Order: sequence, then C-alpha cells, then structure tokens
Amino acid sequence: MSVDDDTFEQLLDSVRRYVRERLIPAETRVEDEDDIPEEIVQEMREMGLFGLSIPESFGGIGLTTLQESRLVEALCYASVSFRSLVGTNVGIGSQGIVMDGTDAQKAAYLPALASGEMIASFALTEPDIGSDAAHLKTTARRDGRDFILNGTKRYITNAVRAGVFTVFARTDPDRPGGDGVSAFLLPADTPGITVAKPDRKLGQRGTKTSDVIFEDVRLPESAIIGGPDNLNRGFRTAMKVLDRGRVHVASIAVGTAQRMLDEATAYAMSRIQFGQPIAQHQLVQALLAESQAELLAARHLVRATAQEYDTHGQAILMASSSKLFASEMAFRVADRALQVHGGAGYMAEYPIERLFRDARLLRIYEGTSQIQQMIIARRMIKEYEERA
Amino acid sequence: MGENAMKVLVPVKRVIDYNVKVRVKADGSGVDLANVKMSMNPFDEIAVEEAIRLKEAGMAEEVVAVSIGVKQAQETLRTALAMGADRAILVVAADDVHQDIEPLAVAKILAKIVEEEQPQLVMAGKQAIDNDMNATGQMLSALLGWSQATFASEVKVEGDNAVVTREVDGGLQTIKVKMPAIVTVDLRLNEPRYASLPNIMKAKKKPLDEKTAEDYGVDVSPRLEVVKTTEPEARKAGEMVPDVDTLVAKLKEKGVV
Ligand SMILES: Cc1cc2nc3c(=O)[nH]c(=O)nc-3n(C[C@H](O)[C@H](O)[C@H](O)COP(=O)(O)OP(=O)(O)OC[C@H]3O[C@@H](n4cnc5c(N)ncnc54)[C@H](O)[C@@H]3O)c2cc1C
Ligand SMILES: Cc1cc2nc3c(=O)[nH]c(=O)nc-3n(C[C@H](O)[C@H](O)[C@H](O)COP(=O)(O)OP(=O)(O)OC[C@H]3O[C@@H](n4cnc5c(N)ncnc54)[C@H](O)[C@@H]3O)c2cc1C
Repeated sequence: MSVDDDTFEQLLDSVRRYVRERLIPAETRVEDEDDIPEEIVQEMREMGLFGLSIPESFGGIGLTTLQESRLVEALCYASVSFRSLVGTNVGIGSQGIVMDGTDAQKAAYLPALASGEMIASFALTEPDIGSDAAHLKTTARRDGRDFILNGTKRYITNAVRAGVFTVFARTDPDRPGGDGVSAFLLPADTPGITVAKPDRKLGQRGTKTSDVIFEDVRLPESAIIGGPDNLNRGFRTAMKVLDRGRVHVASIAVGTAQRMLDEATAYAMSRIQFGQPIAQHQLVQALLAESQAELLAARHLVRATAQEYDTHGQAILMASSSKLFASEMAFRVADRALQVHGGAGYMAEYPIERLFRDARLLRIYEGTSQIQQMIIARRMIKEYEERA
Repeated sequence: MGENAMKVLVPVKRVIDYNVKVRVKADGSGVDLANVKMSMNPFDEIAVEEAIRLKEAGMAEEVVAVSIGVKQAQETLRTALAMGADRAILVVAADDVHQDIEPLAVAKILAKIVEEEQPQLVMAGKQAIDNDMNATGQMLSALLGWSQATFASEVKVEGDNAVVTREVDGGLQTIKVKMPAIVTVDLRLNEPRYASLPNIMKAKKKPLDEKTAEDYGVDVSPRLEVVKTTEPEARKAGEMVPDVDTLVAKLKEKGVV
C-alpha cells in the first residue's frame, strides 16, 4: 500500500510546520550542546520520522522514494544534524533489512526501527578502507554454525546510539573483493563490541560518528542479512542500499541549499551598502541568481531520479549524477550565501556560518564526488559498449 | 448517560494560513484566496487539542469535528482526525473559496448538528482569524438556549458543570456553567500537538460524513455586505536615536508622552 497524494501533502505540511516551529528554533542549542535535546528526540519519534521508508506493515510510513526525497528535503530546511539522527533508520541502517532481510529479520527489527525505539547503524568504512569498500578487512571466520567477527569500523554514524549494526565483513578469505563479503545484523549489546568516543568534526554538531571495534564477537549464521543462503552476497546489499541512499543524500543537499539561499536572500534584502540593499547590486544578484538556477536544476534531477527509482527499482547512473550534482551544488550555494553575508557570514551569530560547515560533508560520505564520477563514467562506457 | 459518556463537538474552520502574507483583491471585495495555503483556524486547533485532552483524561468518550464551508474543508477535518478526533462531519455549503459562510448560518447548521449528535460540550475557537467575527459560539448558545463560557484559558469538567477560567480585561475570571454548554477557547488554553505522520495515516481510516447545508434546511446566503477591503497601512521605517534623553524628547515632540 502506498501513501496517496492528499495524505502525502498533509504529511509534508506537518513536517514543514514542525521544522519551522520546533527544529529551527532548537538549532543553536544543538550546536552549543553538540547533542540533540532528549525532548526533540522524543518528538521526532512521535512524529514518525524514524519510519519514513519502512513499510506500513512494519509500523512505518512506507513512503515511495520520491515522497521520501521530498520529505527529507523539507526536513533538511532545518539543520541537517536533525536528519542525521533519523537518517540511519530511514536510510542505510534499515534498508538492507527492508531490501534483503528474511521475514524473521524484518519482524525482529523493523517495528522498533520505525518507531525510533531502536537506532540502526551501517558499518562499512574501516581505517584502511573507504572508497575502496570492496576490499574491506574486517573478518567473520566460520566456527561451526557461528561466525567470529574481528576488525575495526570507522566514522560510523549513530554508533553510540545504536541498538543494531549492519556490519560488513569478509567471510571468504580467498576472495579479496566484494564477492567474499557478507552483511550481518549485530545487536549492539553482543559481547566483544567496543564503541569508541565520538569523533570531533568540522560541522554537523549533534551528530555522532565513532570507531567500532569487534574483538572475537560471536554471531549465528542466522544473523546474515537474508539468511545463510546470502553468504558472500553482502556487498550487493551494500551497493543497493547506497544506490537508494544517494537519492536521500541528494535530497538533503537540496533542502539545505534552499535554506542557505533563503538566508542569503533575506540578508541581501536588509543589508544596505552604497545607499541601497545589497540585493540591488548586480554582482550580488549574480550570486543569488546562479544559486537559484542550480538549486532548481538539482531539485528536479533528484526528483526525476527518485521517480526512476520507484519505476524501475534502480537508477545507478541517475542516482550517482544526483548525488554528485546536488552535493557540489549545495556547497557552491553555501559559499555564495556566505559571501553575500560579507563579514557577518564568518561569524557564528549568523546561521550561514554553521550551515556552510555542515554542507561540506555531503561531498564526502556515501561515496565521494570522485567515486560518483567514476560510477557515472563506467556506466556511460558500459552503456556505450552495449549499444555498439 | 454514564460518567464517561460525554461527547464533545468541535467546529473547525478552514482559513488562510497564519504564515501567509494576505493580499487584498484588486476590486477591494475581499482577500485573494486563490492558490493560497489554507490551514485550520489556530483557535480551533486549540479547541481540538482541549477536546482530545478531555478524552485522554477519561472525561470525554468521543470527539466529533465539524466543518462548514467548501469541499476542501475536508483537509482541515483530516487534520483534526490526525490530531485525535474520532470522526468528522463535513457540511458543504459553498463552492467558491471566496464565499465566507456567516456566523449566523454556521450557528444554525451547528444547532441542527447538535440536535442530532447530542453532545454535552461544544468546544469552539473564540474567533476565526480571517474575519475576526467572534460570534459563532455566542449565536449557537442563543439558538440552543445553552450556557456559554467564552475566551477560556482553562477548562475543567466537574460532574455536570464546566468550570472555565476566562481571559477578561484586566485579569482572569472563573465561572461555572451547567452542561450542556458552549465553550469558546482563547490562545493560552493549551499548545496544540502536531499531527504526527503515523496519526495522519490512521486518520485516513476514520469516518468522515459528508452533508450539505440543504440537508439541514439552512439558507446560507449572505446577510452582510462587504463595502470595502483595504490593506493595513504600511509600517513606517523606524528611527535610531543615540540615547534615552533624545528618545524622550522625540516622543514629547510627537505628543506621544
Ligand atoms: C561524518 C561522516 C559520517 C560517516 N558515516 C558513515 C557510516 O555511517 N557508515 C560507514 O560505513 N561510513 C561512514 N562514513 C565514511 C564515508 O562513507 C567515507 O569517509 C567515504 O566513503 C570516503 O572514504 P575515506 O574517508 O576512507 O576516503 P578515501 O577513500 O581515503 O578517499 C580520499 C580521497 O581520495 C579520493 N579517491 C579515492 N579513491 C579514488 C579513485 N579510485 N579515483 C579518484 N579518487 C579517489 C576520494 O574521492 C577522496 O577525495 C562517514 C564519514 C563521515 C565523514
Ligand atoms: C574575521 C574578520 C576580521 C576583520 N578584521 C577587521 C579589522 O581588523 N578592521 C576592520 O576595519 N575591519 C575588519 N573586518 C571587516 C571586513 O573588512 C569586512 O567584513 C569586509 O570589508 C566586508 O564588509 P561587510 O562585512 O560590512 O560586508 P558588506 O559590505 O555588507 O558586504 C556584503 C556583501 O555585499 C557585497 N557588496 C557590497 N557592496 C557591493 C556592491 N556595490 N556591488 C556588489 N557587491 C557588493 C559584498 O561583496 C559582500 O558579498 C574583519 C572582518 C572579519 C570577518
């Protein structure tokens, strides 16, 4: 069952209002305390924001990719740190289970993830392995019907809050690439797991990433996503999750870019230099106009990608194009919006100083811009060869 | 009727969203509502919230929301249902968004619905933010011969009575009225909840009856004539003064103090 258009407009309306009345006013507090206040966490649970992409039959809202994109865009009009709290449950932390999980795994985890009672983390990146994720080193050695997990994961979002990890580990030591990797669902209270203290970061204060260390963690073969039959097929799950995730990250970029552009426009209308609002100076207008055009282009590319995803179940070339273009666009808009603020833009009193730092991450995680370029070009070459 | 069997009726109006910058139509006949964002009247939201709280506290058994106006008022009722009302009645009485149903016509339709539904309490907003009439609740009370308590900032149900604190000039007044009664609510009564996404989904399945003004035999044609609508005077730019003495001097000059 899907959410009809009228109902979706109502959902969107409610989220926009929540953003305006509750989240935006709480932004400076999140920045100062480097954490999301507990009452906001509770409200976000009640609002149903953790369950956006989880099917209604498991207690979620069951949005389509297009609907999720538009809702995430609306949510990211407020600091993207709020999005990060729900982001792993909506995106990379839950989607492996939704896409490839067994019925028992879905029943065991999805309701708690949808309500936000439990947080899910996605643990792929390692100290020595980032972009080249297929060559990850964490191992899961077979021991009878169990596996013994050893290794370290890095920059894992929401690890300190997690109730369950999706962990990618090498189950076939003879196959060094993606073919030897399995995906496991690992409850956070399993003995042998250490979550290090959160990293200090450039921006997105209030979000938490940490190293997660596994020392002889024992887990049953039923913990493999999709069951024992999916042994050594975990990397495909990761790629599918990241493919859809790219639409999600691109939507974040569009939402925060709109906020930054609105901040810049408001400032330009009120700041007077040389006898008139700076919005009347042509060179300032160029900064605003360029941003506006790129923002519109990104928004419509992202929505077209989401639609493609909903129709065909995948959108590799478009998803990477969206992620690349929207995240790069957001940072250009961030830079211009800060420029429009002049000296004020460099000062923490103005939201643009923080929004600028927050936006930088979008070009790095869930596949850097270079990795997106690689995926796009490879895809182009492949399609060319298929046509030839 | 048992202790907990109270039914609360909440009339809700679809009005221009309070965040929208209002524009007067070129011919001065009213405000331009074409393609403008509409929402539930904020005072009605407070009324819905209070009714739901009475239900959550076990004081009421059922909350029924009613809206009278254009068909699109259905969206407003869905919001009331998503907040926690149990069912809704839509009375379609206009097909042009610019046609405002006047308080007397609304009160007459509500009186008929009250006869059918037999609520013990009608909880309404003190006024709608579009026309600021502040009349519907009072007219309904006159038509029904019921007690009324207006401008409520606190509502308590004690047996067959409602104890209502009212915001009056110069302070607060607490009165006790016998139920069935009409309470109109003021801004400080409560802070309405957000319609959560799961509750919006559940509200889809709640009953929404659709009626027309004719079903109740009420003539909704306007009795008031709008002579003219004008934009409020533009705010004049402020002036910075260096110190308090200059400020006082300026104010004296303008005859303000
Ligand atoms: C705040 C934050 C949150 C994160 N959350 C998570 C999480 O929840 N789970 C998770 O698993 N990971 C997470 N990550 C990790 C993130 O996905 C990686 O940082 C990202 O994929 C890049 O990997 P890396 O940092 O190792 O950089 P590297 O891969 O070392 O890349 C360094 C530079 O080299 C470039 N490069 C690498 N290979 C090539 C190539 N072949 N051609 C051209 N250029 C290349 C890259 O584009 C980059 O510019 C997070 C990271 C951050 C910063
Ligand atoms: C960290 C820091 C340290 C500083 N230190 C000092 C210091 O020691 N001493 C000191 O005197 N000042 C100092 N400054 C002030 C600095 O020189 C000014 O911030 C800078 O000149 C810009 O002025 P503004 O901030 O008022 O921006 P504005 O002049 O308001 O400019 C806002 C935006 O409008 C644009 N703009 C303005 N006019 C036009 C126009 N006619 N056409 C096109 N675009 C236009 C600008 O390029 C900018 O993008 C400092 C600023 C910072 C941030």
